[in-house]
Amino acid sequence: MLIRFFLMLRVAGVPVSVTEFLALLEALAKGLISPIEAATGTVTFAGSDAKGTVPSGELTERFYWLARSILVKDERHFDRFDRVFAAHFNGAETAFEALLASEVPADWLRNSLVLNLTAEEQARIQSLGGWEALMETLRQRLEEQESRHEGGNKWIGTGGTSPFGNAGYNPEGVRIGGTGGNRRAVKVWERREFANLDEAAGLGRRNVKLALRRLRRFARQGAADTLDLEGTIDSTARRAGLLDIRMVPERHNAVKLLLFLDIGGSMDEHVRTCEELFAAARSEFKHLEHYYFHNFVYESVWKDNRRRNAERTPLPQLMRTYGRDYRLVIVGDATMSPYEILQPGGSIEHWNEEPGAAWMKRLLATFPRHAWLNPEPPDRWELTPSIRITRELVEDRMFPLTLVGLDQAMRSLQ
Amino acid sequence: MDDEGVRPLRFSGSDSYVAPPELALAVNAAITLGRPLLVKGEPGTGKTQLALEVARALDAPLFEWHIKSTSKSQQGLYEYDAVSRLRDSQLGDGRVGDIANYIVPGMLWRAFESEQRAVLLIDEIDKADIEFPNDLLRELDRMEFYVYETRQLVRARHRPVMFITSNNEKELPDAFLRRCFFHYIRFPDAETMERIIAVHHPGLKKALLAEALAAFFRIREMPGLRKKPSTSELLDWIKLLVAEDIPPEALRSDDAKATIPPLYGALLKNEQDVHLFEQLLFMNRRAGRPS
Repeated sequence: MLIRFFLMLRVAGVPVSVTEFLALLEALAKGLISPIEAATGTVTFAGSDAKGTVPSGELTERFYWLARSILVKDERHFDRFDRVFAAHFNGAETAFEALLASEVPADWLRNSLVLNLTAEEQARIQSLGGWEALMETLRQRLEEQESRHEGGNKWIGTGGTSPFGNAGYNPEGVRIGGTGGNRRAVKVWERREFANLDEAAGLGRRNVKLALRRLRRFARQGAADTLDLEGTIDSTARRAGLLDIRMVPERHNAVKLLLFLDIGGSMDEHVRTCEELFAAARSEFKHLEHYYFHNFVYESVWKDNRRRNAERTPLPQLMRTYGRDYRLVIVGDATMSPYEILQPGGSIEHWNEEPGAAWMKRLLATFPRHAWLNPEPPDRWELTPSIRITRELVEDRMFPLTLVGLDQAMRSLQ
Repeated sequence: MDDEGVRPLRFSGSDSYVAPPELALAVNAAITLGRPLLVKGEPGTGKTQLALEVARALDAPLFEWHIKSTSKSQQGLYEYDAVSRLRDSQLGDGRVGDIANYIVPGMLWRAFESEQRAVLLIDEIDKADIEFPNDLLRELDRMEFYVYETRQLVRARHRPVMFITSNNEKELPDAFLRRCFFHYIRFPDAETMERIIAVHHPGLKKALLAEALAAFFRIREMPGLRKKPSTSELLDWIKLLVAEDIPPEALRSDDAKATIPPLYGALLKNEQDVHLFEQLLFMNRRAGRPS
């Protein structure tokens, strides 16, 4: 039973290793959560009576806390852990607690109890292709569905026969929030308190701080003391051979950054997030310059969006001004008509003599270290021709505008 | 390592620290299995305090190793003071002959050598270089290290109880995480907060406590705050309120003459937040005024 739980965690993207799993079994074997020990009086948990019998439900809860602290090492994974825990243990608490109370953990190593389903139900579990397929379907449906839903047999909601939702009848149901019919109030793992710490989510107000830390890490490179050999020799000689060690701080390798932001239309909100992000990190960069463009880069860009028609910086001038040591970060959704990239005169705002792709190639040749951050979800990239073209142009260095993506982008810039 | 004869240690909070059951469980698991416990959480939720309290509750000696951006893992084990040895050699000091005179043991070494089981705190490990945790893997695993200068193997007499705190400024390497247990201290809810305050300020007037808590959570709920006040700031604030003998009525914000709570400096730590707070109050007052 626990092995299945372990495998489910791995499938859901929580990085757990066998060592940690064994540590969990060891902790259980040492009776860290069993009521037997409570009876001897060595454990006094605040809030529970130490008299021996543990109220039903509490044992599973303790197991939850224990398992979480041993298996999960990052609060960003708490939410995934909660979801897997809910999917695996809800409805099986009673059977599970009976197992916990008996002291033979060997039972769990055999996959003897798969929730408390009948053989017939277990057969039906395969009907949707097992766990992985189920999660995939769930994700898709969550994306498709935007409004609240009740009844029916496909959408996620309450009271239906779809496998997703609450209080339904599909044996493989994935519960989404909410509580079961006859159990006490919200369980800890259903509160989903850590949902906004999951880093696959897009950049928002809340995780902008985390993103900032990533950027800082990128900007700060090495600041330790090194031995100033010449200074030491010199000063030792001056003191008639008496040793005098001189240290100098290692040179601070501050990063120079050139930021290109797609502005207008759907990009505005993302651009604001990005601007805030990079502006906040400004003190860390030695140089940070930002320019705007619309949809795609052509022969000129601008610094002040209100005066975009009056004050433009020609791209050749820009490429002369900033050296090759600048890193180029472009933020844009790259979603447009392919003509805007490939054809002369394709721009929707003006007549461009040369296609955007030509300018982009020049730009990337000038700044070999570059990355493109795209707020569109990566699974849509292949479906949008203009994104595909842009990705080829930037040599596949396009990253989603999420914490993970930001991380990868910064790594590729180094 | 000799773990026999060490009585099983258990931790369940203390008279000056409120540990929710899940935290006590994590601490006990770390103690029982001899793994380090990695503690994260908002600043001011008592991460560092936890190690101090556990040491006190278990009556164990505490070794604190505070990490800075320039810290090296070697400093926790020992340092070889080559510079003073060179100086001494020039001055003709007799101690120069024995290299052991210039080996300065670090916190880890001292915790290993402790007569009874010690508590070791590695504070803010994320401040150090990215390689720092990796350099400690073997030491954490085997609880031993080798002093190359004196060819001496230092082993822990008793596996120390280790606490490691992090503020998430850097990612910790997987290999390191695998060896730790992990606990994320959540921000306490109102009920826990009341218990925490009761522990720190017994005999606080009920009315004042209720008003102070209400004001505190109202401030935390405010959107757009740069730095939300945390537990330690609330405790400071209440200490001030008591010292200044502020009446509970002064904290109530729904009366017409509402102002910023007294002594707000303990709660709001930058001028943008204070400004934002003033604006919100101003708008509230205008909305509340009968026209």
